[in-house]
Amino acid sequence: MIEFQGVYKDYAGTRALHPLDLSIERGEVFGVIGRSGAGKSTLLRSINRIERPSGGRVRVGGADVTALDDEGLRTLRRRIGMIFQHFNLLASKTVAQNVAFPLRLAGQPRAAIAARVRELLERVGIAAHADKYPAQLSGGQKQRVGIARALASAPEVLLCDEATSALDPETTASVLNLLGELNRELKLTIVLITHEMDVIRRVCDRVAVLDAGHLVESGSVADVFLHPRHETTRRFVLEAEHVDDRERRADLARAHGRVVRLTFRGEATYAPLLGRVARASGVDYNILAGRIDRIKDTPYGQLTIALSGGDVETALRAFADAGVHVEEVA
Amino acid sequence: MDGWFANVDWAEIGQASLDTLIMLGGSLVASIALGLPLGVLLFLTGKRQLLEQSVVYAILSFVVNVLRSLPFIILLIVMIPFTVVLVGTSLGVAGAIPPLVVGTAPFFARLVENALREVDRGVIEASQAMGASTRQIVFGVLLPEAMPGLIAGATVTAIALVSYTAMAGVIGAGGLGDLAVRFGYQRFQTDVMVVTVVLLLVLVQLLQMFGDRLVARLSRR
Ligand SMILES: Nc1ncnc2c1ncn2[C@@H]1O[C@H](COP(=O)(O)OP(=O)(O)O)[C@@H](O)[C@H]1O
Ligand SMILES: [Mg+2]
Repeated sequence: MIEFQGVYKDYAGTRALHPLDLSIERGEVFGVIGRSGAGKSTLLRSINRIERPSGGRVRVGGADVTALDDEGLRTLRRRIGMIFQHFNLLASKTVAQNVAFPLRLAGQPRAAIAARVRELLERVGIAAHADKYPAQLSGGQKQRVGIARALASAPEVLLCDEATSALDPETTASVLNLLGELNRELKLTIVLITHEMDVIRRVCDRVAVLDAGHLVESGSVADVFLHPRHETTRRFVLEAEHVDDRERRADLARAHGRVVRLTFRGEATYAPLLGRVARASGVDYNILAGRIDRIKDTPYGQLTIALSGGDVETALRAFADAGVHVEEVA
Repeated sequence: MDGWFANVDWAEIGQASLDTLIMLGGSLVASIALGLPLGVLLFLTGKRQLLEQSVVYAILSFVVNVLRSLPFIILLIVMIPFTVVLVGTSLGVAGAIPPLVVGTAPFFARLVENALREVDRGVIEASQAMGASTRQIVFGVLLPEAMPGLIAGATVTAIALVSYTAMAGVIGAGGLGDLAVRFGYQRFQTDVMVVTVVLLLVLVQLLQMFGDRLVARLSRR
Protein backbone atom coordinates (compact mmCIF):
# COMPACT_ATOMS: atom_id res chain seq x y z
CA MET A 1 0.00 0.00 0.00
CA ILE A 2 2.78 2.41 0.99
CA GLU A 3 6.33 2.02 -0.13
CA PHE A 4 9.46 3.97 0.68
CA GLN A 5 12.46 3.53 -1.56
CA GLY A 6 15.66 5.23 -0.51
CA VAL A 7 13.71 8.11 1.03
CA TYR A 8 15.75 10.72 2.86
CA LYS A 9 15.30 14.28 4.06
CA ASP A 10 17.73 17.12 4.66
CA TYR A 11 16.86 20.32 6.50
CA ALA A 12 19.31 23.10 5.72
CA GLY A 13 22.28 20.80 5.43
CA THR A 14 21.49 18.47 8.32
CA ARG A 15 20.06 15.05 7.58
CA ALA A 16 16.84 14.44 9.50
CA LEU A 17 16.14 11.14 7.80
CA HIS A 18 18.76 8.81 6.31
CA PRO A 19 17.89 6.82 3.18
CA LEU A 20 15.44 4.10 4.15
CA ASP A 21 13.31 1.43 2.54
CA LEU A 22 10.04 0.44 4.09
CA SER A 23 6.92 -1.27 2.91
CA ILE A 24 3.53 -0.99 4.61
CA GLU A 25 0.87 -3.52 3.68
CA ARG A 26 -2.77 -2.79 2.92
CA GLY A 27 -4.97 -3.22 5.99
CA GLU A 28 -2.25 -3.36 8.61
CA VAL A 29 -1.55 -1.08 11.53
CA PHE A 30 2.03 0.00 11.17
CA GLY A 31 3.82 1.78 13.98
CA VAL A 32 6.94 3.91 13.92
CA ILE A 33 8.60 4.48 17.26
CA GLY A 34 11.44 6.82 18.10
CA ARG A 35 12.58 9.53 20.47
CA SER A 36 11.64 13.15 19.94
CA GLY A 37 13.57 14.42 16.93
CA ALA A 38 14.22 10.94 15.54
CA GLY A 39 12.49 11.86 12.27
CA LYS A 40 9.10 10.19 12.83
CA SER A 41 6.99 13.13 11.71
CA THR A 42 9.25 13.74 8.74
CA LEU A 43 8.74 10.12 7.68
CA LEU A 44 4.98 10.21 8.22
CA ARG A 45 4.52 13.55 6.45
CA SER A 46 6.36 12.34 3.38
CA ILE A 47 3.44 9.95 2.78
CA ASN A 48 1.00 12.78 1.97
CA ARG A 49 3.87 15.10 1.01
CA ILE A 50 3.16 17.69 3.66
CA GLU A 51 6.94 17.39 3.77
CA ARG A 52 8.68 16.72 0.47
CA PRO A 53 11.54 14.20 0.72
CA SER A 54 14.92 15.44 -0.46
CA GLY A 55 15.35 12.24 -2.40
CA GLY A 56 13.99 8.77 -2.95
CA ARG A 57 10.53 7.65 -3.88
CA VAL A 58 7.29 7.28 -1.91
CA ARG A 59 4.48 5.27 -3.46
CA VAL A 60 0.92 5.09 -2.17
CA GLY A 61 -1.25 2.46 -3.83
CA GLY A 62 1.12 2.38 -6.78
CA ALA A 63 1.14 6.14 -7.40
CA ASP A 64 4.47 7.93 -7.07
CA VAL A 65 3.71 10.63 -4.49
CA THR A 66 7.01 12.38 -5.11
CA ALA A 67 6.12 13.00 -8.77
CA LEU A 68 2.54 14.31 -8.42
CA ASP A 69 1.52 17.78 -9.62
CA ASP A 70 -0.60 20.05 -7.39
CA GLU A 71 -3.93 18.70 -8.57
CA GLY A 72 -2.77 15.10 -8.29
CA LEU A 73 -1.45 15.80 -4.83
CA ARG A 74 -4.79 17.23 -3.65
CA THR A 75 -6.59 14.17 -5.02
CA LEU A 76 -4.14 11.87 -3.24
CA ARG A 77 -4.52 13.76 0.03
CA ARG A 78 -8.26 13.20 -0.04
CA ARG A 79 -7.54 9.47 0.02
CA ILE A 80 -5.30 9.82 3.08
CA GLY A 81 -6.70 10.92 6.44
CA MET A 82 -4.48 12.44 9.09
CA ILE A 83 -4.82 13.08 12.82
CA PHE A 84 -2.49 15.04 15.08
CA GLN A 85 -1.16 15.26 18.60
CA HIS A 86 -2.81 18.64 19.15
CA PHE A 87 -5.92 17.76 17.13
CA ASN A 88 -5.63 20.82 14.84
CA LEU A 89 -9.36 21.49 14.73
CA LEU A 90 -10.78 24.75 13.43
CA ALA A 91 -11.59 26.76 16.55
CA SER A 92 -14.10 28.94 14.69
CA LYS A 93 -16.19 26.01 13.53
CA THR A 94 -18.46 23.61 15.40
CA VAL A 95 -17.77 19.90 15.67
CA ALA A 96 -20.16 19.19 12.80
CA GLN A 97 -18.64 21.97 10.67
CA ASN A 98 -15.16 20.63 11.33
CA VAL A 99 -16.14 17.18 10.17
CA ALA A 100 -17.95 18.67 7.17
CA PHE A 101 -14.91 20.71 6.17
CA PRO A 102 -13.08 18.13 4.03
CA LEU A 103 -16.36 17.30 2.28
CA ARG A 104 -16.96 20.98 1.52
CA LEU A 105 -13.43 21.23 0.17
CA ALA A 106 -14.26 18.37 -2.17
CA GLY A 107 -17.37 20.23 -3.31
CA GLN A 108 -19.97 17.70 -2.16
CA PRO A 109 -23.65 18.72 -2.04
CA ARG A 110 -24.99 20.03 1.26
CA ALA A 111 -27.54 17.31 1.92
CA ALA A 112 -25.01 14.55 1.36
CA ILE A 113 -22.57 16.30 3.68
CA ALA A 114 -25.10 16.58 6.51
CA ALA A 115 -25.98 12.90 6.34
CA ARG A 116 -22.35 11.82 6.17
CA VAL A 117 -21.38 14.06 9.10
CA ARG A 118 -24.12 12.57 11.27
CA GLU A 119 -22.99 9.07 10.40
CA LEU A 120 -19.34 9.89 11.19
CA LEU A 121 -20.15 11.52 14.52
CA GLU A 122 -22.18 8.46 15.49
CA ARG A 123 -19.30 6.24 14.44
CA VAL A 124 -16.80 7.92 16.77
CA GLY A 125 -19.32 8.42 19.57
CA ILE A 126 -19.63 12.21 19.73
CA ALA A 127 -22.97 12.81 18.03
CA ALA A 128 -24.18 14.56 21.20
CA HIS A 129 -21.56 17.28 20.78
CA ALA A 130 -22.23 18.12 17.12
CA ASP A 131 -23.01 21.79 17.77
CA LYS A 132 -20.28 22.50 20.31
CA TYR A 133 -17.07 24.29 19.54
CA PRO A 134 -13.72 22.48 20.00
CA ALA A 135 -12.87 24.66 23.02
CA GLN A 136 -15.84 23.10 24.85
CA LEU A 137 -14.54 19.54 24.45
CA SER A 138 -12.09 17.35 26.36
CA GLY A 139 -8.90 16.10 24.72
CA GLY A 140 -10.34 12.68 24.00
CA GLN A 141 -13.46 14.18 22.44
CA LYS A 142 -11.35 16.51 20.31
CA GLN A 143 -9.34 13.59 19.00
CA ARG A 144 -12.57 11.80 18.14
CA VAL A 145 -13.61 14.85 16.12
CA GLY A 146 -10.19 14.72 14.47
CA ILE A 147 -10.74 11.06 13.61
CA ALA A 148 -14.24 11.72 12.24
CA ARG A 149 -12.85 14.54 10.11
CA ALA A 150 -10.01 12.34 8.85
CA LEU A 151 -12.50 9.62 7.90
CA ALA A 152 -14.93 11.97 6.15
CA SER A 153 -13.70 11.37 2.64
CA ALA A 154 -13.54 7.60 3.21
CA PRO A 155 -9.76 7.35 2.96
CA GLU A 156 -7.84 4.11 2.52
CA VAL A 157 -5.02 5.25 4.79
CA LEU A 158 -5.01 7.01 8.15
CA LEU A 159 -1.84 8.75 9.35
CA CYS A 160 -1.57 9.37 13.09
CA ASP A 161 1.09 11.81 14.29
CA GLU A 162 1.43 11.17 18.04
CA ALA A 163 -2.36 11.06 18.18
CA THR A 164 -2.50 9.95 21.81
CA SER A 165 0.53 11.77 23.20
CA ALA A 166 -1.54 14.61 24.64
CA LEU A 167 -4.10 12.30 26.26
CA ASP A 168 -4.29 10.66 29.68
CA PRO A 169 -3.83 6.86 29.85
CA GLU A 170 -7.51 6.03 30.00
CA THR A 171 -8.41 8.26 27.06
CA THR A 172 -5.39 6.93 25.18
CA ALA A 173 -6.74 3.41 25.61
CA SER A 174 -10.17 4.36 24.31
CA VAL A 175 -8.77 6.21 21.29
CA LEU A 176 -6.48 3.25 20.50
CA ASN A 177 -9.46 0.91 20.75
CA LEU A 178 -11.33 3.09 18.29
CA LEU A 179 -8.39 3.01 15.88
CA GLY A 180 -8.28 -0.79 16.19
CA GLU A 181 -12.00 -1.00 15.40
CA LEU A 182 -11.66 1.24 12.38
CA ASN A 183 -8.77 -0.87 11.13
CA ARG A 184 -10.82 -4.06 11.40
CA GLU A 185 -14.18 -2.77 10.25
CA LEU A 186 -13.17 -0.38 7.48
CA LYS A 187 -10.05 -2.30 6.43
CA LEU A 188 -8.27 0.97 7.00
CA THR A 189 -4.48 0.97 6.68
CA ILE A 190 -3.11 2.88 9.67
CA VAL A 191 0.36 4.35 10.05
CA LEU A 192 1.00 5.74 13.51
CA ILE A 193 4.05 7.29 15.06
CA THR A 194 4.69 7.50 18.78
CA HIS A 195 7.39 7.56 21.40
CA GLU A 196 5.56 5.01 23.59
CA MET A 197 6.11 1.29 23.14
CA ASP A 198 2.83 0.68 24.91
CA VAL A 199 0.91 2.32 22.05
CA ILE A 200 2.73 0.08 19.57
CA ARG A 201 2.04 -3.00 21.68
CA ARG A 202 -1.68 -2.33 21.88
CA VAL A 203 -2.64 -1.68 18.29
CA CYS A 204 0.18 -2.28 15.82
CA ASP A 205 0.85 -5.34 13.71
CA ARG A 206 4.29 -4.29 12.65
CA VAL A 207 6.72 -1.68 13.87
CA ALA A 208 9.78 0.21 12.70
CA VAL A 209 12.24 1.78 15.12
CA LEU A 210 13.80 5.11 14.20
CA ASP A 211 16.92 6.33 15.93
CA ALA A 212 18.42 9.70 15.02
CA GLY A 213 17.07 9.47 11.47
CA HIS A 214 18.14 5.85 10.95
CA LEU A 215 15.75 2.94 10.59
CA VAL A 216 17.41 0.54 13.04
CA GLU A 217 14.92 -2.28 13.36
CA SER A 218 11.60 -3.39 11.98
CA GLY A 219 9.39 -6.43 12.03
CA SER A 220 6.28 -7.86 13.64
CA VAL A 221 5.51 -6.22 16.96
CA ALA A 222 5.84 -9.53 18.80
CA ASP A 223 9.31 -10.17 17.38
CA VAL A 224 10.57 -6.67 17.99
CA PHE A 225 8.93 -6.31 21.38
CA LEU A 226 9.86 -9.69 22.80
CA HIS A 227 13.29 -9.99 21.24
CA PRO A 228 14.62 -6.50 20.65
CA ARG A 229 17.97 -6.50 18.86
CA HIS A 230 18.94 -2.84 18.76
CA GLU A 231 19.92 -0.97 21.90
CA THR A 232 17.31 1.75 21.29
CA THR A 233 14.56 -0.82 20.93
CA ARG A 234 15.68 -2.57 24.09
CA ARG A 235 15.41 0.67 26.02
CA PHE A 236 11.89 1.33 24.70
CA VAL A 237 10.84 -2.13 25.83
CA LEU A 238 12.32 -1.71 29.31
CA GLU A 239 10.54 1.62 29.62
CA ALA A 240 7.25 0.02 28.67
CA GLU A 241 7.79 -2.58 31.37
CA HIS A 242 8.71 0.10 33.89
CA VAL A 243 11.95 -1.69 34.61
CA ASP A 244 15.15 -0.01 35.64
CA ASP A 245 17.90 -1.57 33.54
CA ARG A 246 20.62 -1.28 36.18
CA GLU A 247 18.51 -2.76 38.98
CA ARG A 248 17.59 -5.68 36.75
CA ARG A 249 21.25 -6.35 35.94
CA ALA A 250 22.11 -6.28 39.66
CA ASP A 251 19.31 -8.73 40.44
CA LEU A 252 20.46 -11.12 37.75
CA ALA A 253 24.07 -10.95 38.93
CA ARG A 254 22.97 -12.20 42.35
CA ALA A 255 21.13 -15.25 40.98
CA HIS A 256 22.57 -18.76 41.23
CA GLY A 257 22.49 -21.30 38.40
CA ARG A 258 21.67 -20.89 34.72
CA VAL A 259 19.64 -17.77 34.08
CA VAL A 260 17.29 -18.00 31.09
CA ARG A 261 14.44 -15.95 29.72
CA LEU A 262 11.42 -17.92 28.57
CA THR A 263 8.98 -16.33 26.17
CA PHE A 264 5.53 -17.87 25.83
CA ARG A 265 3.19 -16.77 23.06
CA GLY A 266 -0.46 -17.44 22.46
CA GLU A 267 -2.03 -20.39 24.26
CA ALA A 268 1.34 -21.56 25.63
CA THR A 269 1.09 -18.56 27.93
CA TYR A 270 -1.58 -20.25 29.99
CA ALA A 271 -0.15 -23.81 30.06
CA PRO A 272 1.13 -25.00 33.48
CA LEU A 273 4.49 -25.82 31.92
CA LEU A 274 6.99 -24.68 34.51
CA GLY A 275 6.08 -27.14 37.27
CA ARG A 276 5.73 -30.03 34.85
CA VAL A 277 9.20 -29.49 33.37
CA ALA A 278 10.74 -29.02 36.81
CA ARG A 279 9.26 -32.29 38.10
CA ALA A 280 10.31 -34.21 34.99
CA SER A 281 13.89 -32.95 34.95
CA GLY A 282 14.44 -32.56 38.66
CA VAL A 283 15.63 -28.93 38.36
CA ASP A 284 14.85 -26.23 40.84
CA TYR A 285 13.72 -22.92 39.47
CA ASN A 286 13.69 -19.48 40.94
CA ILE A 287 11.63 -16.76 39.24
CA LEU A 288 13.60 -13.53 38.96
CA ALA A 289 11.24 -11.47 36.80
CA GLY A 290 8.00 -12.08 35.05
CA ARG A 291 5.26 -10.48 33.05
CA ILE A 292 2.11 -11.60 31.36
CA ASP A 293 0.38 -9.27 28.93
CA ARG A 294 -0.96 -8.92 25.42
CA ILE A 295 0.47 -7.77 22.15
CA LYS A 296 -2.60 -6.55 20.28
CA ASP A 297 -4.81 -9.68 20.68
CA THR A 298 -2.13 -12.23 21.40
CA PRO A 299 -1.29 -13.07 25.01
CA TYR A 300 2.35 -13.54 25.88
CA GLY A 301 4.38 -14.24 28.97
CA GLN A 302 8.00 -13.59 29.63
CA LEU A 303 9.73 -15.16 32.62
CA THR A 304 13.33 -14.81 33.67
CA ILE A 305 14.25 -17.81 35.83
CA ALA A 306 17.37 -19.30 37.39
CA LEU A 307 17.69 -23.09 37.00
CA SER A 308 19.85 -25.20 39.30
CA GLY A 309 20.32 -28.89 40.18
CA GLY A 310 18.88 -31.77 38.14
CA ASP A 311 19.18 -32.00 34.39
CA VAL A 312 19.14 -28.38 33.16
CA GLU A 313 19.73 -29.33 29.51
CA THR A 314 16.71 -31.62 29.47
CA ALA A 315 14.60 -28.92 31.05
CA LEU A 316 15.65 -26.38 28.41
CA ARG A 317 14.89 -28.85 25.63
CA ALA A 318 11.48 -29.55 27.15
CA PHE A 319 10.67 -25.84 27.11
CA ALA A 320 11.80 -25.49 23.50
CA ASP A 321 9.72 -28.56 22.51
CA ALA A 322 6.65 -26.96 24.09
CA GLY A 323 7.08 -23.98 21.75
CA VAL A 324 8.60 -21.70 24.33
CA HIS A 325 11.40 -19.42 23.17
CA VAL A 326 14.45 -19.96 25.40
CA GLU A 327 17.16 -17.36 25.66
CA GLU A 328 20.27 -17.45 27.86
CA VAL A 329 20.66 -14.30 29.88
CA ALA A 330 24.31 -13.42 30.39
CA MET B 1 -27.48 76.43 27.31
CA ASP B 2 -27.22 79.48 25.07
CA GLY B 3 -25.00 81.16 27.61
CA TRP B 4 -22.53 78.34 27.67
CA PHE B 5 -22.57 77.43 24.00
CA ALA B 6 -23.03 80.93 22.51
CA ASN B 7 -20.82 80.29 19.50
CA VAL B 8 -22.06 76.85 18.68
CA ASP B 9 -24.02 76.57 15.46
CA TRP B 10 -25.71 73.21 15.95
CA ALA B 11 -26.64 72.85 12.29
CA GLU B 12 -23.02 73.30 11.37
CA ILE B 13 -21.98 70.79 14.05
CA GLY B 14 -24.50 68.35 12.58
CA GLN B 15 -23.11 68.81 9.07
CA ALA B 16 -19.54 68.46 10.33
CA SER B 17 -20.42 65.29 12.23
CA LEU B 18 -22.01 63.86 9.11
CA ASP B 19 -18.91 64.76 7.07
CA THR B 20 -16.70 63.05 9.62
CA LEU B 21 -18.84 59.94 9.57
CA ILE B 22 -18.81 59.82 5.76
CA MET B 23 -15.03 60.28 5.66
CA LEU B 24 -14.63 57.64 8.32
CA GLY B 25 -17.00 55.14 6.72
CA GLY B 26 -15.73 55.67 3.18
CA SER B 27 -12.06 55.46 4.06
CA LEU B 28 -12.57 52.55 6.46
CA VAL B 29 -14.32 50.49 3.80
CA ALA B 30 -11.64 51.36 1.23
CA SER B 31 -8.80 50.72 3.70
CA ILE B 32 -10.17 47.29 4.50
CA ALA B 33 -10.82 46.53 0.84
CA LEU B 34 -7.18 47.34 0.03
CA GLY B 35 -5.50 46.38 3.29
CA LEU B 36 -7.07 42.95 3.68
CA PRO B 37 -5.75 41.49 0.41
CA LEU B 38 -2.43 43.24 0.96
CA GLY B 39 -2.19 41.75 4.46
CA VAL B 40 -3.11 38.29 3.17
CA LEU B 41 -0.43 38.62 0.50
CA LEU B 42 2.12 39.75 3.08
CA PHE B 43 1.27 36.73 5.19
CA LEU B 44 1.30 34.19 2.37
CA THR B 45 4.59 35.36 0.86
CA GLY B 46 6.28 35.50 4.26
CA LYS B 47 8.97 33.13 5.46
CA ARG B 48 7.87 29.48 5.63
CA GLN B 49 4.33 30.31 4.55
CA LEU B 50 2.16 28.84 1.81
CA LEU B 51 3.41 31.01 -1.07
CA GLU B 52 6.83 31.92 0.31
CA GLN B 53 8.31 34.57 -2.03
CA SER B 54 11.03 36.44 -0.24
CA VAL B 55 11.49 39.11 -2.95
CA VAL B 56 7.78 39.88 -3.20
CA TYR B 57 7.54 39.95 0.58
CA ALA B 58 10.52 42.29 0.89
CA ILE B 59 9.06 44.75 -1.64
CA LEU B 60 5.56 44.74 -0.13
CA SER B 61 6.95 45.05 3.33
CA PHE B 62 9.15 47.98 2.33
CA VAL B 63 6.27 49.89 0.71
CA VAL B 64 4.08 49.29 3.75
CA ASN B 65 6.83 50.49 6.08
CA VAL B 66 7.47 53.65 4.05
CA LEU B 67 3.78 54.59 3.99
CA ARG B 68 3.43 53.85 7.68
CA SER B 69 6.47 55.84 8.73
CA LEU B 70 5.41 58.94 6.77
CA PRO B 71 3.74 61.41 9.15
CA PHE B 72 0.12 61.67 8.08
CA ILE B 73 0.19 65.45 7.78
CA ILE B 74 3.01 65.13 5.21
CA LEU B 75 1.17 62.41 3.35
CA LEU B 76 -1.85 64.71 3.13
CA ILE B 77 0.21 67.35 1.35
CA VAL B 78 2.24 64.99 -0.84
CA MET B 79 -0.94 63.27 -1.98
CA ILE B 80 -2.69 66.46 -3.21
CA PRO B 81 -1.76 66.09 -6.94
CA PHE B 82 -2.71 62.40 -6.96
CA THR B 83 -5.95 63.10 -5.16
CA VAL B 84 -6.90 65.71 -7.76
CA VAL B 85 -6.29 63.20 -10.55
CA LEU B 86 -8.18 60.50 -8.66
CA VAL B 87 -11.33 62.29 -7.47
CA GLY B 88 -11.12 65.66 -9.24
CA THR B 89 -10.51 67.71 -6.12
CA SER B 90 -8.26 67.72 -3.10
CA LEU B 91 -10.89 69.48 -0.99
CA GLY B 92 -13.92 68.36 0.96
CA VAL B 93 -14.90 64.91 2.02
CA ALA B 94 -14.08 63.36 -1.37
CA GLY B 95 -10.63 64.92 -1.40
CA ALA B 96 -9.86 63.59 2.05
CA ILE B 97 -10.60 59.95 1.36
CA PRO B 98 -7.60 59.05 -0.88
CA PRO B 99 -4.93 60.25 1.58
CA LEU B 100 -6.84 58.65 4.46
CA VAL B 101 -6.88 55.33 2.64
CA VAL B 102 -3.23 55.51 1.62
CA GLY B 103 -2.38 56.34 5.23
CA THR B 104 -4.35 53.54 6.86
CA ALA B 105 -4.53 50.66 4.35
CA PRO B 106 -0.85 49.69 4.93
CA PHE B 107 -1.42 49.98 8.68
CA PHE B 108 -4.41 47.66 8.48
CA ALA B 109 -2.47 45.31 6.17
CA ARG B 110 0.18 44.88 8.86
CA LEU B 111 -2.49 44.16 11.47
CA VAL B 112 -4.01 41.58 9.11
CA GLU B 113 -0.62 39.93 8.61
CA ASN B 114 -0.13 39.71 12.38
CA ALA B 115 -3.63 38.35 12.96
CA LEU B 116 -3.07 35.64 10.34
CA ARG B 117 0.21 34.68 11.93
CA GLU B 118 -1.70 33.94 15.12
CA VAL B 119 -3.58 31.16 13.34
CA ASP B 120 -2.29 27.79 14.52
CA ARG B 121 0.14 26.34 11.94
CA GLY B 122 -1.18 22.90 12.75
CA VAL B 123 -4.64 23.89 11.52
CA ILE B 124 -3.20 25.07 8.21
CA GLU B 125 -1.26 21.85 7.94
CA ALA B 126 -4.34 19.78 8.71
CA SER B 127 -6.18 21.60 5.91
CA GLN B 128 -3.35 20.89 3.49
CA ALA B 129 -3.49 17.26 4.53
CA MET B 130 -7.21 17.29 3.63
CA GLY B 131 -6.35 18.41 0.13
CA ALA B 132 -7.28 22.10 0.47
CA SER B 133 -5.92 24.50 -2.15
CA THR B 134 -4.25 27.72 -1.04
CA ARG B 135 -7.39 29.62 -2.01
CA GLN B 136 -9.55 27.29 0.09
CA ILE B 137 -7.16 27.67 3.00
CA VAL B 138 -7.32 31.49 2.80
CA PHE B 139 -11.11 31.70 2.66
CA GLY B 140 -12.05 28.58 4.60
CA VAL B 141 -9.41 28.56 7.31
CA LEU B 142 -7.21 31.64 7.67
CA LEU B 143 -9.85 34.37 7.50
CA PRO B 144 -12.50 32.63 9.66
CA GLU B 145 -9.92 31.49 12.24
CA ALA B 146 -8.37 34.96 12.43
CA MET B 147 -11.73 36.79 12.45
CA PRO B 148 -11.55 38.07 16.05
CA GLY B 149 -8.05 39.41 15.37
CA LEU B 150 -9.16 40.96 12.08
CA ILE B 151 -12.10 42.71 13.75
CA ALA B 152 -9.82 43.97 16.52
CA GLY B 153 -7.47 45.28 13.81
CA ALA B 154 -10.33 46.99 11.98
CA THR B 155 -11.37 48.64 15.26
CA VAL B 156 -7.88 50.00 15.85
CA THR B 157 -7.81 51.19 12.24
CA ALA B 158 -11.18 52.93 12.55
CA ILE B 159 -10.02 54.76 15.65
CA ALA B 160 -6.80 55.82 13.98
CA LEU B 161 -8.95 57.09 11.11
CA VAL B 162 -10.99 59.29 13.45
CA SER B 163 -7.89 61.21 14.39
CA TYR B 164 -6.69 61.26 10.79
CA THR B 165 -10.02 62.74 9.64
CA ALA B 166 -9.53 65.47 12.21
CA MET B 167 -6.09 66.18 10.74
CA ALA B 168 -7.46 66.10 7.21
CA GLY B 169 -9.76 68.89 8.36
CA VAL B 170 -6.71 71.15 8.41
CA ILE B 171 -6.30 70.97 4.64
CA GLY B 172 -9.95 71.73 4.02
CA ALA B 173 -11.61 68.36 4.27
CA GLY B 174 -14.40 69.58 6.54
CA GLY B 175 -15.75 67.56 9.40
CA LEU B 176 -15.40 67.95 13.13
CA GLY B 177 -11.63 68.42 13.05
CA ASP B 178 -12.04 71.28 10.64
CA LEU B 179 -14.55 72.98 12.97
CA ALA B 180 -12.29 72.54 15.91
CA VAL B 181 -9.41 74.19 14.10
CA ARG B 182 -11.31 76.98 12.36
CA PHE B 183 -13.49 78.07 15.25
CA GLY B 184 -12.10 76.54 18.37
CA TYR B 185 -8.45 77.28 17.69
CA GLN B 186 -8.27 80.18 15.25
CA ARG B 187 -11.17 82.18 16.74
CA PHE B 188 -10.75 81.11 20.35
CA GLN B 189 -14.29 79.75 20.50
CA THR B 190 -13.59 77.32 23.30
CA ASP B 191 -17.19 76.08 23.39
CA VAL B 192 -16.98 74.88 19.76
CA MET B 193 -13.73 73.18 20.59
CA VAL B 194 -15.28 71.41 23.58
CA VAL B 195 -18.31 70.22 21.63
CA THR B 196 -16.23 68.82 18.76
CA VAL B 197 -13.77 67.12 21.08
CA VAL B 198 -16.60 65.55 23.06
CA LEU B 199 -18.23 64.31 19.86
CA LEU B 200 -14.95 62.81 18.62
CA LEU B 201 -14.48 61.16 22.00
CA VAL B 202 -17.95 59.66 21.93
CA LEU B 203 -17.30 58.39 18.41
CA VAL B 204 -14.07 56.69 19.46
CA GLN B 205 -15.77 55.14 22.51
CA LEU B 206 -18.62 53.79 20.40
CA LEU B 207 -16.22 52.29 17.86
CA GLN B 208 -14.19 50.60 20.57
CA MET B 209 -17.25 49.23 22.31
CA PHE B 210 -18.75 47.92 19.10
CA GLY B 211 -15.45 46.34 18.09
CA ASP B 212 -14.91 44.70 21.47
CA ARG B 213 -18.39 43.23 21.47
CA LEU B 214 -17.96 41.80 18.02
CA VAL B 215 -14.62 40.27 18.96
CA ALA B 216 -16.12 38.73 22.10
CA ARG B 217 -19.01 37.27 20.12
CA LEU B 218 -16.73 35.73 17.51
CA SER B 219 -14.14 34.29 19.90
CA ARG B 220 -14.47 30.55 20.35
CA ARG B 221 -11.30 29.85 22.28
N1 LIG C 1 10.93 22.45 9.19
C1 LIG C 1 12.09 22.04 9.73
N2 LIG C 1 13.21 22.78 9.58
C2 LIG C 1 14.39 22.38 10.10
N3 LIG C 1 14.56 21.25 10.81
C3 LIG C 1 13.48 20.47 11.01
C4 LIG C 1 12.19 20.83 10.48
N4 LIG C 1 11.31 19.86 10.83
C5 LIG C 1 12.01 18.95 11.54
N5 LIG C 1 13.32 19.30 11.64
C6 LIG C 1 14.38 18.55 12.33
O1 LIG C 1 14.40 17.24 11.81
C7 LIG C 1 14.55 16.30 12.84
C8 LIG C 1 13.41 15.31 12.84
O2 LIG C 1 12.21 15.98 13.16
P1 LIG C 1 10.82 15.25 13.29
O3 LIG C 1 10.58 14.42 12.09
O4 LIG C 1 9.80 16.27 13.61
O5 LIG C 1 11.08 14.32 14.56
P2 LIG C 1 10.04 13.56 15.50
O6 LIG C 1 8.69 13.65 14.89
O7 LIG C 1 10.57 12.18 15.56
O8 LIG C 1 10.11 14.24 16.83
C9 LIG C 1 14.68 17.08 14.14
O9 LIG C 1 16.03 17.19 14.45
C10 LIG C 1 14.08 18.41 13.81
O10 LIG C 1 14.71 19.42 14.54
MG1 LIG D 1 6.94 14.58 15.65
